[in-house]
Amino acid sequence: MRRILAILMENEPGSLSRIVGLFSQRAFNIESLTVAPTDDNSLSRMTIATKGDDKVLEQIVKQVNKLIDVIKITDITDRKHIERELLLVKVTAMNDKSRTEVTRITDIFRGNIIDIGKHVYTVQLTGDAEKLNAFINALQNETEIIESARSGCVGMARGDQALRI
Amino acid sequence: MTTELFTGAEMVVKSLSALKVKYIFGYPGGSVLDIYDAIFQQDEIEHILVRHEQAATHMADGYTRATGEVGVVLATSGPGATNCVTGIATAYMDSIPMVVLAGQVATSLIGNDAFQETDIVGCTRPIIKHSFSCRSLADIPVAISKAFYIASTGRPGPVVVELPKDILIPQNKGPFNIETDIKIRSYNPNIKGHPKQIKKAAQTISNAKRLVVYSGGGIVLSDASELLTKLVETLKAPITNTLMGLGGISGTHKQFIGMLGMHGSLEANKSMANADVILALGARFDDRVTNNVEKFCPNATIVHVDIDPTSISKTINAHIPIVGLVDVVMQQLLDELTDINFSPDEAALSQWWQQINLWRNVKSISYEQDENEKIKPQRVVEALYKITEGDAYVCSDVGQHQMFAAQYYPFAKPRQWINSGGAGTMGFGLPAAMGVKLAFPDKHVICITGDGSIQMNIQELSTCSQYKLPVVIVTLNNRSLGMVRQWQDMVYGGRHSSSYMESLPDFVKVAEAYGHVGIQIDSLDELEEKLTQAFNIKDRLVFVDVMVDEKEHVYPMQIRTGAIDEMWLKKGVKS
Repeated sequence: MRRILAILMENEPGSLSRIVGLFSQRAFNIESLTVAPTDDNSLSRMTIATKGDDKVLEQIVKQVNKLIDVIKITDITDRKHIERELLLVKVTAMNDKSRTEVTRITDIFRGNIIDIGKHVYTVQLTGDAEKLNAFINALQNETEIIESARSGCVGMARGDQALRI
Repeated sequence: MTTELFTGAEMVVKSLSALKVKYIFGYPGGSVLDIYDAIFQQDEIEHILVRHEQAATHMADGYTRATGEVGVVLATSGPGATNCVTGIATAYMDSIPMVVLAGQVATSLIGNDAFQETDIVGCTRPIIKHSFSCRSLADIPVAISKAFYIASTGRPGPVVVELPKDILIPQNKGPFNIETDIKIRSYNPNIKGHPKQIKKAAQTISNAKRLVVYSGGGIVLSDASELLTKLVETLKAPITNTLMGLGGISGTHKQFIGMLGMHGSLEANKSMANADVILALGARFDDRVTNNVEKFCPNATIVHVDIDPTSISKTINAHIPIVGLVDVVMQQLLDELTDINFSPDEAALSQWWQQINLWRNVKSISYEQDENEKIKPQRVVEALYKITEGDAYVCSDVGQHQMFAAQYYPFAKPRQWINSGGAGTMGFGLPAAMGVKLAFPDKHVICITGDGSIQMNIQELSTCSQYKLPVVIVTLNNRSLGMVRQWQDMVYGGRHSSSYMESLPDFVKVAEAYGHVGIQIDSLDELEEKLTQAFNIKDRLVFVDVMVDEKEHVYPMQIRTGAIDEMWLKKGVKS
């Protein structure tokens, strides 16, 4: 089952490699991983999307928590939470028909065309993984995808709950 | 007023001094020459020069296992540091606190494939508790004091501190401050067990009809053997120890039913399999204990006490997990048992002991010695027990001799039995014994080893000469890699692929070449006399080479893929 883990850790050199190393060392799965410093520059916030049964997930959470640099880890999957991912996709826009279609689909999904080339459009879209997949499918039916980049998901619990020190 | 300024190398030594370090085990090289120069100019800390960095780690490790003090290793960058990797892994697997100071090329050269550059922090990442990469003078005391704190608290383990050359050299100086009262916001190991869990555990234990206490290395590491003995005597239940936990309770205690696991006693494994409650204390349900986890103790309620949450429910699901220091939790349990006026169910207990005694009567830890035949290795260990009156520090290498030592030398005290249980590192025994001898020069320190293992760090005989470390090395020489050979006999149709040692040296001459005493024992009638002779030589290292029966197997032995108590009792005889 897919799980979203939010991790708060020291923003130290080598912290990321410890997490990534742990996942490979213990044969845990990583579907996506995002990391960046938080509003407090001494901290990094990481979101990992992973897969595994309850027993594996219990081990992942415990093993990550055991790393000295990790301050907190929480599995937000079962709580009310927000999950967002950024997609940049470059598609062929050779003629009026494909340009119209790409624009229309982008509007429907509330994306933005953020760059145009001679024969290409670059589109930006945010949403959860499912929405991004649906958007890509829709585009593929109308035009050719030249390049795509996804950020991997970031997540946060809804409401008053917060992952802080 | 001017502040006194120090070089990074001086800061390293001053930091270790502030942390009351007595010995550094190491080997010099380019990137750490400044530290060696600083060591030379003081006399608070003694440096022990080994002959290979791996031995420095094992020697520090042995010193730590015997004393409880954090061992310190110093190695140069590149190969010096990578030679430490096996020793770090060994310490990691057995949760031994250790601080490894590894040199590194100058910061300006890092990443350039410079001479003797290795990413040692990267190399060791999966086998350390934590690591620090110092990049400035001010980092040095902070990293070293944090390294000691992390290594020795919670579940102990090795910590690597990387020290680049340019922050050690005399040209760079800075003020020295060290904080020994450490707080790390992201690291707060649990100490006390959760009171609710303690209550639950006490209740479960009170209601048990067939309770077994299963204790491991955690008891030894936290010096909790007195408390364990008190708890076990209160419960009146049988107790089994893991390989790492031997000595946690006296090996001659009447409630002790032996080691459990792959080469454990039948009564220990049977008791576990038939228990209704298992109280696991500082043990981690290792695969060498459980055998097939699918068949593991199906009727038991498991109370699992461990400092490391990841050890709980990793292989075997714990019904009542308790995270905390094992000594603190045992005291909480004892208090709770007093509060609920615990008294064991005597009828159930007597029935349980009757059953256990039937298993005991099988005498699974036994062997047959024909007086006219070759010496059985078990007999050697028994003779050692007799001659040292059970009071020696016994360090072992890895293989058959390790199991024979564990089975036939009942350890009275914790820290008396020193072996590489988790990693199974051949070559561990001699340097570990040297570390113990350094700490306890007046005690008998034995290295029980094999003709395979001893050759993995035999160069340390030279270090023993230099520092006058008269350990007694007893090689159970079967002219083969015994444990490998046993598996080949049992599982691989007797095909002894690469398990012979066809060009063994004359160990007596090897010992003599290093300035030690060598004794060879060929027949049973001279065994005790010559061993006694060896222990009577107090001021020199004695290397005793005992020719033992190469056909002997270690029994009992769990049957692969079976339950914990499915065992071979001897060749062709199942439990």
